[in-house]
Amino acid sequence: MTTMTLNDTTLDVDAEGYLQKPEQWTPAIGEAIAREMGVTMTDRHWVVCNFMRERYLTTGSAPSIRSLGKESGVPIKELYELFPRGPAKYASRIAGIPKPHGCI
Amino acid sequence: MSRILILGAGTAGTIMANRLRRRFAKDVAAGKTSITVVDEDPRHIYQPGLLFVPFGVYRPDDIVRPRRMQLHEDVTYKPGAIEMVIPEDHAVLLKDGTRLPYDVLVVATGTRIAPEETEGMMGPEWHHAVFDFYTVEGATALARKLSTWRGGKLVVNVVEMPIKCPVAPLEFSFLADWYFTMRHMRDTVDITYATPLDGAFTRPIAAQHIGDLLDRKHIGLVTEFNAGRVDNERKVLVSWDGRELPFDVLVTIPLHQGAAYLKATPSLVDDNLFVRTNPATLQSTAFPDIFAIGDATNLPTSKAGSVAHFESEVLDDNIGHFLAGEPLEDGFDGHANCFVETGFDQALLLDFNYDTEPLPGRYPLPIGPMTLLGESRMNHMGKMAFKWVYWNLLLPGHTIPGIPARMSMRGKLAPATT
Repeated sequence: MTTMTLNDTTLDVDAEGYLQKPEQWTPAIGEAIAREMGVTMTDRHWVVCNFMRERYLTTGSAPSIRSLGKESGVPIKELYELFPRGPAKYASRIAGIPKPHGCI
Repeated sequence: MSRILILGAGTAGTIMANRLRRRFAKDVAAGKTSITVVDEDPRHIYQPGLLFVPFGVYRPDDIVRPRRMQLHEDVTYKPGAIEMVIPEDHAVLLKDGTRLPYDVLVVATGTRIAPEETEGMMGPEWHHAVFDFYTVEGATALARKLSTWRGGKLVVNVVEMPIKCPVAPLEFSFLADWYFTMRHMRDTVDITYATPLDGAFTRPIAAQHIGDLLDRKHIGLVTEFNAGRVDNERKVLVSWDGRELPFDVLVTIPLHQGAAYLKATPSLVDDNLFVRTNPATLQSTAFPDIFAIGDATNLPTSKAGSVAHFESEVLDDNIGHFLAGEPLEDGFDGHANCFVETGFDQALLLDFNYDTEPLPGRYPLPIGPMTLLGESRMNHMGKMAFKWVYWNLLLPGHTIPGIPARMSMRGKLAPATT
């Protein structure tokens, strides 16, 4: 495991920059990760990231795009407007949770 | 009396039933242990063969056998549709009202394609210009289409990960290049491979190798393409971010989900209806007397027959431990082993697990005879011979000589560390 430093905090991350210990995350760190990825966070971005984080912490896995679209209050079309290159990948990184397993 | 209940008699369920029958042979024969398998479809499909059906290499008859015949005679086969699992009662309810109590339950109902989840996919062009090849019906319809097609734009698209056999859509693209070349019409066919991933494959070294192959075969690669809908009238595949891919033939790998009956037991599954499974023991993370194997799990490894085979060795032992009241073994390492057919009688071989990505080298010994991540005719012969291995060694639950369940670094070339 590698580490990176953001906002003077040392974070455990994987090779692609996903936090491996969600407890090291704070909203300010989320903002900093978003900035690094070129995403300017709005309230709508936060609705998605908070939903993902909450779901991960309660169930142990991140929601699929489809359940994000149905249950987060942000429809799929808007998810892609907020995170054009892939909502699941981007939002989970900003939300400080490991990369969703879909990608194997 | 121990009652072992297995849901699904595909690759994973069949291997598991036959292995457990062997483990408990005496008890099963004496009626002290029962092994029951439920599956509503009387056909067992050799799924790796589906890839070859669209190109006329196999006919549907070549890849289908009766399901009952693949199970040992001491295994009870129950044809029937599943209504739901009731973990609190340690029972499974069938749609016809039958209640099957269990001491150990193995969920092996795999994954299904859900084309209905993408807007327009099952519109008027479904099986006319829009095809899947993950079902016998889809692969057969596509074979009919390709045999008379005059050429145009062929788009191969993966809707969303995870999918069964993540290399299959790549193999389809390679074989399409071969097929149209052999028919002297390759110059009239424009092949595009569109994926939601940021490269040709999931893991970096393999993505590089496979990306080069696509390039060499003049197959266009479109990455981070998240298909949102199919416009049937204009014959265009539209991504959520508004990009459009026009097609004459669209070969789609639709969204995958676990079996529909699992919806009734949300505590057991994730959003895509895959069973939340301990990656090393294969036990459900919610209920100790439930286990999962094969495509039905949510594990971060490939959904592939080889994985089911490797898992079966671990699960066989762990069910033995569970019934004896012993602690389980952390035996499974995510091992997957996949031939990638590349056309013109060549194939690649991938061998990897949770921690080690597919690497170049030789397999299973440092001298081969197979080549990892490189094209060879020997790999292709391995792929074609696998059909025999599947019916005669894999399904009966035998260990394949020289191919252990745990991945080995023998013969692999590790990347230089930076």
